[in-house]
Amino acid sequence: MRSTLLRKVWDLHTVRRLPSGQTQLLIGLHLVHEVTSPQAFDMLRLRGRRVAFPDRTFATVDHIVPTDGQPRPFADELAEQMMAALERNCREFGVPLFDLSSDDQGIVHVIGPELGLTQPGMTIACGDSHTSTHGAFGAVAFGIGTSQVRDVLASQCLAMEPLKVRRIIVDGALDPGVYAKDVILAIIRRLGVQGGVGFAYEYAGPVIERMTMDERMTVCNMSIEGGARAGYVNPDETTVGYLRGRRFAPAGEAFDRAAAWWRSIASDPGAAYDDEVRVDGTAVRPMVTWGTNPGQSAGVDERVPGPADVADADRAAVADALAYMDLEPGSRIAGTKVNVAFIGSCTNGRLSDLQEAARVVRGRRIAAHVRGLVVPGSRRVRDAAEREGLHEVFLEAGFEWRQAGCSMCLAMNPDRLEGRELCASSSNRNFKGRQGSPTGRTLLMSPAMVAAAAVAGEVTDVRLLLSRSEAS
Amino acid sequence: MTITGRAVVLRGDDVDTDRIMPARFLRAVSFDGLEAHVFEDDRRAAAAAGASHPFDAPAGGGARVLLVNRNFGCGSSREHAPQALARWGVQAIVGESFAEIFFSNATALGVPCACARPEDVREMMAIVERDPGALVAVDLERMAIRIADREYVGTLPAAARQAFLAGTWDATALLTAEFDAVRAAAARLPYIAGFPPPRA
Repeated sequence: MRSTLLRKVWDLHTVRRLPSGQTQLLIGLHLVHEVTSPQAFDMLRLRGRRVAFPDRTFATVDHIVPTDGQPRPFADELAEQMMAALERNCREFGVPLFDLSSDDQGIVHVIGPELGLTQPGMTIACGDSHTSTHGAFGAVAFGIGTSQVRDVLASQCLAMEPLKVRRIIVDGALDPGVYAKDVILAIIRRLGVQGGVGFAYEYAGPVIERMTMDERMTVCNMSIEGGARAGYVNPDETTVGYLRGRRFAPAGEAFDRAAAWWRSIASDPGAAYDDEVRVDGTAVRPMVTWGTNPGQSAGVDERVPGPADVADADRAAVADALAYMDLEPGSRIAGTKVNVAFIGSCTNGRLSDLQEAARVVRGRRIAAHVRGLVVPGSRRVRDAAEREGLHEVFLEAGFEWRQAGCSMCLAMNPDRLEGRELCASSSNRNFKGRQGSPTGRTLLMSPAMVAAAAVAGEVTDVRLLLSRSEAS
Repeated sequence: MTITGRAVVLRGDDVDTDRIMPARFLRAVSFDGLEAHVFEDDRRAAAAAGASHPFDAPAGGGARVLLVNRNFGCGSSREHAPQALARWGVQAIVGESFAEIFFSNATALGVPCACARPEDVREMMAIVERDPGALVAVDLERMAIRIADREYVGTLPAAARQAFLAGTWDATALLTAEFDAVRAAAARLPYIAGFPPPRA
């Protein structure tokens, strides 16, 4: 029978059908970080349980780490407590930890793939909603809460309802200056922030097939912003090529056997889907959010909608978002003055993201009123960028060049907005207060668009800067 | 199993978990005390504007049911959000729809998230806003929500409903019960076995 990847992986990992009708699903890889795990380990201790599969469990520290220098103990006493708790828990329960003394430390969704831990055909769970990132490899990966982290630690399993699959086919080709971030923002604008509830998104079509693994990760990362707990791309030669030689990937002949198995779990041609959506990639332009959820976005050359432009049910939400953002209905989003430029996060903190941003910034200075931060997603990304001299490009332009971590994506560390600051951000959420100031404002966009906004001091179409770079 | 009590009405679609529990309060190794910070930024903003947030209204104190609109709890997977609501006193949530991770987290804590038709949610909200003392009953046996003399249809996935009725929403015992089957399933997976060559 012709089957989707989701169905194949689901069946392979089914331990049993529970009396409730749910599936007891085995989790092949459990990733752990400092924020959502301490209470889970405490519950294990209270119940006298061990970690069931410590060799399928890996931990790192990312959310709370300062990025402007990381001496221990941290200046923030609460952050220090969380770091110490993770160290103690990993030691006591035998879980490998990539901590600040490790060259492998970084954002959990950056290091899993880069170490080769993330592989096609796996089920992956992590106490973090952006676990959907790992679906880029053809894994079924989803975010969970702390009680479920406890369950996975204790049993390596979750009780799950089966997911439906929506295939999203992106046709055509992307214009220069249009990136994976723009594709996923366009998809979420079209399908809504709750359109994916109950679904896994399978991203397909020529645009997705031509994407690098970094780009596929950006797309899958934001599945959850569209309401889909999981999103994936079928494994292909790009996937296999990326994994070859990675530390935790199979080696030698085992790699060839692995690659054959990875190819075999891709969705079969003619498999049946619960829903199918086609997106014209050629029409996607650089996107910018104007509101307070990731579905509220526009092309950089479009105008901000007003309450009158949307369905009755959405009117109040649009009015509320515009009031918070201090944007006028009908105004152009281009030209909006920015105070802060943030390049980083699990969405766009990989080497190719920094390369694209550097291409825009090279030989230019960021505007005098803009505070610019470049925060690599991992130590390996940071090292690789420095080998190419990217840090010098950013530093010469006036950006700060930071250590690896989640940084200003989510305000659990010292990197935060202040007051009503408006941030051009390559991260994933423009929720009210998300970047640390209860009244701070976020405009989501691609890293190249953030770089362009930093240089211009206002939202601007990156394609203008790219064409000027090429002309000079 | 029926949860009965006064209700808090929290209007708005797509209320994210950063709203419910701002990230700065996640810097802790336990969930203790989170209830003090539930909706903190919205409550402060309302107070600064001279208004009252539903969680600060006198009638809100002691409420057991939370009434919400569409896609409640979207965004971050932080269990701190339902933990804070539960510790504040919320024992059941009724809304048009819920984000998936929030729903799983609330269920794991024993807090049912029941869905109702949008027009019914609007009517329930209006009744409670008119009469903050109105008692709301969330009846999981009959899957009905009652306010005064009115009754509305509630929905909950069968597995979650059964877990609440049987008191088995904490899944650890269930998932560790047949551990040999877990080991066997793991041994069958080629990536756990290390992609061994086929046997001759």
